[in-house]
Amino acid sequence: MPVQVQGEVLSIRKVGAYNAMTVVAPGMAELTRPGHFVAVQVGGPESSMLLRRAFAIYDVKERGVYGGTVEFIFAVHGKGTAWLAARRPQDKLDLVGPLGKPFRLPAQPVTATLVGGGYGSAPLLPLATALRERGCRVDFVLGAGSADRLFGQLDAKRIASSIEVTTDDGSLGHRGRVSDVLPQLLDRTGAEVVYACGPMAMLKAVSEQAAARDLPCQVAVEESMACGIGVCMTCVLPVVGDDGLTRLVRSCVEGPVFLGDRVRWNDIGSLPPDVVGSLNAAGGGH
Amino acid sequence: MSELTLRPAGDITPMPGIDMTTRLASVTFPNPVFTASGCAAAGQELDQFFDVAELGGIVTKSIMMAPRSGRATPRMAETPSGMLNSIGLQGPGIDAFLDKDLSWLSHRGARAVVSIAGGTVDDYAKLTAKLRGRPGLAMIEVNISCPNVEDRGQVFACDPHASAAVIQAVKRAAPTGVPVFAKLSPDVTDIVSIAQACVGAGADGLSLINTLLGMVIDTDTLRPALAGVTGGLSGPAIRPVAVRCVWQVRQALPDVPILGMGGIRTGLDALEFVLAGANAVSVGTTVFGDPRAPVRVLDELARALADRGFERFEDAIGLAHKPPVIHVPEGPDPVGDEPTPNEHRPVSFEGEA
Repeated sequence: MPVQVQGEVLSIRKVGAYNAMTVVAPGMAELTRPGHFVAVQVGGPESSMLLRRAFAIYDVKERGVYGGTVEFIFAVHGKGTAWLAARRPQDKLDLVGPLGKPFRLPAQPVTATLVGGGYGSAPLLPLATALRERGCRVDFVLGAGSADRLFGQLDAKRIASSIEVTTDDGSLGHRGRVSDVLPQLLDRTGAEVVYACGPMAMLKAVSEQAAARDLPCQVAVEESMACGIGVCMTCVLPVVGDDGLTRLVRSCVEGPVFLGDRVRWNDIGSLPPDVVGSLNAAGGGH
Repeated sequence: MSELTLRPAGDITPMPGIDMTTRLASVTFPNPVFTASGCAAAGQELDQFFDVAELGGIVTKSIMMAPRSGRATPRMAETPSGMLNSIGLQGPGIDAFLDKDLSWLSHRGARAVVSIAGGTVDDYAKLTAKLRGRPGLAMIEVNISCPNVEDRGQVFACDPHASAAVIQAVKRAAPTGVPVFAKLSPDVTDIVSIAQACVGAGADGLSLINTLLGMVIDTDTLRPALAGVTGGLSGPAIRPVAVRCVWQVRQALPDVPILGMGGIRTGLDALEFVLAGANAVSVGTTVFGDPRAPVRVLDELARALADRGFERFEDAIGLAHKPPVIHVPEGPDPVGDEPTPNEHRPVSFEGEA
C-alpha cells in the first residue's frame, strides 16, 4: 500500500551523468522492496507539469537521524527532471510510493545474474543485497553508452562474485552491448535465474538469451507513465497471462517487474490482433 | 502543495456549519465533488489514498459491452498545464465491470456514477439495461464522445440528432430513479444546441465537458507523439473553455442539473464552475499528479464557501449569473432616510446641568 508523503530533500549528488537524490519520506522505507518505484511531483504547487515522474527506488533507510529516507537515481531528460536536479537540501518534494510489484526472490539459494543498463542498475543493487542475504551467488553485467553513464559499479563489485562492464564506445570494459557478454557469463557461472532493468531493447535481448537457456528471467520495465498508481492507463504493454492470452497491462501496478518471456517485446507500441479486445480499424473514443 | 495533502485518509471533513449536499435530478449527494470518468478507474486504486465513500460520487471509466484493448502506445503526452491522452477506452467489458468493479464500489458504500460508451445506439441501450437493479448505482453518465460506427465514425456528441438518439435509448432502458447525464464534447460549434437536444431526448442532466481534441508532434522523431495521432486534451489548460461551456448551458437551460469538469485543481477552481452554474464538479486529470486531490478540493471548496459567508453549497450554484451585489458605501445616511430612534437619543455628559 503506497503512501503520499510531503518529503524533504536530504541530499542530492552527481554520480557520473546521473543525479542521486535522497529524500526524507517517513513511512515509505519500511514498505519498500527491491524493484518498487516512487512517483515524484515536479515543478512546485503551481507547476504547469501535472504528471509525476517515476523512478526506481535505489536505497532506503528505515531510520536515521532524519527519519526514514528514500534514494533514487535520475537523469535530466526534460523540464521536469531539470527542475528536480535543481532541488537542494530542505526543499520540499511530494512523493508517492512505494509503487508497483517488486522483484520476486527465489526460495532457494540459487546463482543469479543481474543485468543493468544505464541507471537501470539502481534497483538491482538492493536486489543483489537481498539475494546475497539469502545465500545466493550474484554476478553482475552492467552496460551503458559510455563510462559516465554506468551506475553502481563499485557497489556491484562489493556485493557480487563477479562483474562485467560493457560500454557502447569502449570507454570502460568490453566495447559493445551487455548481450555480447551475457551468454558466456550465464554458461560460465551456471546461472539459474536472471534479473534485468534498463532500456526496452536491452530487456528484450536479455529475456531472449535467458529464455534460450530456459532460465527464469524477471525484468523491470521503464514505460512512460502519467500517474504511477494505475488509473491513467497510459503505461500499458502487451503481456501474456497465465491463461495464454495477451492483454495490454499496466506496467505501474501489474509491473514494473514482469517475467521476460511473458512480454511481447516486438509488439510494444503496436496493437497485435490477438490482444484481448483488440481494436479493429474502426475503433476510437478517448 | 498545500499542507492539506499531508493529512491521512479519512481526516478531511467539510467545514462545520456548511451544508454541502447537492441534488442532481432525483438524487441527493452528500457533497458536490466527484471523480471524473477515465481519471479514477473504478475507485479501487484511489481508495488507497482516501475513502472513496467520502466523495459525492465515483465516476467510473467509460465501460463498453465487450473487453477492449484500447490503442497502442504511446498514449500520453504532457502539455503545458495539461496532457493529451489517446487510451482508446481500454476496459474489461460490462460483465466483468459489474462483477468486480461496481459490486466493490457498492460494498464500499460509494455512490457509483457509471459512465457508458458504445459504437451504436443499441450498444448504449444494452449497456443501460445491464445496469438495472444493480446496487450502488447512483447515476449513469453517457459518454457520447465516441465514433458512431453506423455513421462513418462521426462522433455522436458532435451531432444533435445522434446525441438525442443515444440519450432517448438510454432513458428508455434506464432504471427508474437513476438520473441519466449526457457528457458533452466542447468540440462543437454550439454546445447549447447539443445540450438542448439531449435534454429534449430526456437527459436528466449534463456533464460538461469532455476533452478537447488536440495533437502534439515530437520534434525529435518528427512524428506525432501519440500512436493514435490525435488525443483528448485535459487539465487546467482547458478550464476556461469548460467554465464557458457551463456558463452558456446554464444560461440557456436554467433548471437542468450540470456536473462540471475540466481542469479543476483547487477548491477555488471548483467554485468557479459552481458560480458558472454547476450543481457538482468532477476532479479529473489533477488526480494523476495528486491522488488525494478530490478530497482536498472538497475541503478547500467548503472553506472557500465558508470564507464567503455561504451556509449552503447550493446557494452558490449559478450565482455569477445574478446581477452584482450592490454594496452600500459607508458614510452619511442617504438623504431622506428615516433616522432610527437610537441615533437621535439625547446624550448628556457629566457635569452638565
